[in-house]
Amino acid sequence: MTYVPLEIPDLVLAALLLIANGAVSFWFRLGLERSLAISALRMVLQLSVVALALRFIFALNSPLWTIAFALFMAAAAAYEVVSRQERRVSGGLAFALGAGAPFFAGLIATLFATAIVIGPDPWYAPRYVLPLFGMMLGNALSGTSLVLDAMTSAAVRERAAIEARIALGAGRFEAFDAILRRALTTGLMPIVTAMATTGVVALPGMMTGQILAGIDPVSAAKYQVMIMFLIAGSTGVAVVAAGLGSVLLLTDERHRLRLDRLAQK
Amino acid sequence: MLRVEHLRIGSLPPLSFNVSNGECLAIEGPSGSGKTRILRAIADLDPVDGQLFLDGAERREMAPLAWRQAVRYVAAEPGWWTDTPRGTLPEVAGSRARVVRLLAALGLSEEELDRPVSVLSTGERQRIALVRALVDEPSVLLLDEPTAALDVGATALVEELVKFQLLAGRSVLIASHDAGLIGRLAHTRLQLAPSSRSSNAARTSPP
Repeated sequence: MTYVPLEIPDLVLAALLLIANGAVSFWFRLGLERSLAISALRMVLQLSVVALALRFIFALNSPLWTIAFALFMAAAAAYEVVSRQERRVSGGLAFALGAGAPFFAGLIATLFATAIVIGPDPWYAPRYVLPLFGMMLGNALSGTSLVLDAMTSAAVRERAAIEARIALGAGRFEAFDAILRRALTTGLMPIVTAMATTGVVALPGMMTGQILAGIDPVSAAKYQVMIMFLIAGSTGVAVVAAGLGSVLLLTDERHRLRLDRLAQK
Repeated sequence: MLRVEHLRIGSLPPLSFNVSNGECLAIEGPSGSGKTRILRAIADLDPVDGQLFLDGAERREMAPLAWRQAVRYVAAEPGWWTDTPRGTLPEVAGSRARVVRLLAALGLSEEELDRPVSVLSTGERQRIALVRALVDEPSVLLLDEPTAALDVGATALVEELVKFQLLAGRSVLIASHDAGLIGRLAHTRLQLAPSSRSSNAARTSPP
């Protein structure tokens, strides 16, 4: 059994399936033909650019270029997390939290994985660091996003309850305790569910990729298990940082609820 | 004693006044004139300019939690964060007997504390909120429309309780539309003009 590389004509064949989507949109007058075409084009372009960039960086095998690419990924992630918010705290600190929580959580987990668990040579080998960092970042990102959203919408919805507790002499973390716990649960739920259903409902993307590339399924599963643990760890760190950070951003040093800092999208 | 110096609320002129222990100040004015904002500012719930002194100590010299332990704001529409009111009562030593006494003074029984907040009437919720504000014995009470949802009988009970708090040496600031209640309770009044005419909007006068 060997790995079968894809050629451009193969991709064109696969793209034919996109026509089915276009037909659905046309038939039901969804008006999605345009966005469908743009999205597909964006995907092809983005993946080509990333692939070429990765080939270049893998060839260089330099820690500086690896860090630069990781920073670029983090910046894109930060933009995503901030623009996805329904309501968000205005100002640079909120941006720093949305970007910083997933970035540092992903960084810690990735360094732990490459330096201690896997141990490639050299330890900063971009072929290991960047895909791992991407997976950590992506998952920490959705966790952060969920927590920030849960915190801000609960602060608005339950303003009377929060302020009643503050007026009765509670500190900001006490006033937010139930809301914070609910937000953290929301942020951690996807990874818990993912671990429980992995392999039963669907094979994870990374394991599928390794199997297609000709790796023994048991080895691929071992890798996947490690990845899931890393994702759980980094998501946990990011979610807690985002939750505690939101409490600090939504209140001030006099423990006042500061909904005036929220900007509607 | 509560002393307010140059408190700036929206477009109102700077407010300065004193409320001694055992004294009741009524804040009057139409809706939107700033009554709630004044009370919230005194409880340090909103960032505002101006000095607030409690027995000589300025608000910023005191820890925020200590300030709100002493200067207690009771909102017109109280907030709830547990299914039944019991979970929202402060836990302090010997509070149980005090809670029962306060509830009885407002015509409620302890059973009301274990009924879901959602099935309590607005008036019952308002009275329980007053009870929970009094349990840990603050020295200044800021009451925002304390009788808005109450019938005549319950209003009389709240009035008696407030009088008792004044006798116990607490300062009370009360924002209300009920002219009768204000007439019977207030020693001093702060009259706010409608928000459109903000010039010489606020002045205090003896009753």
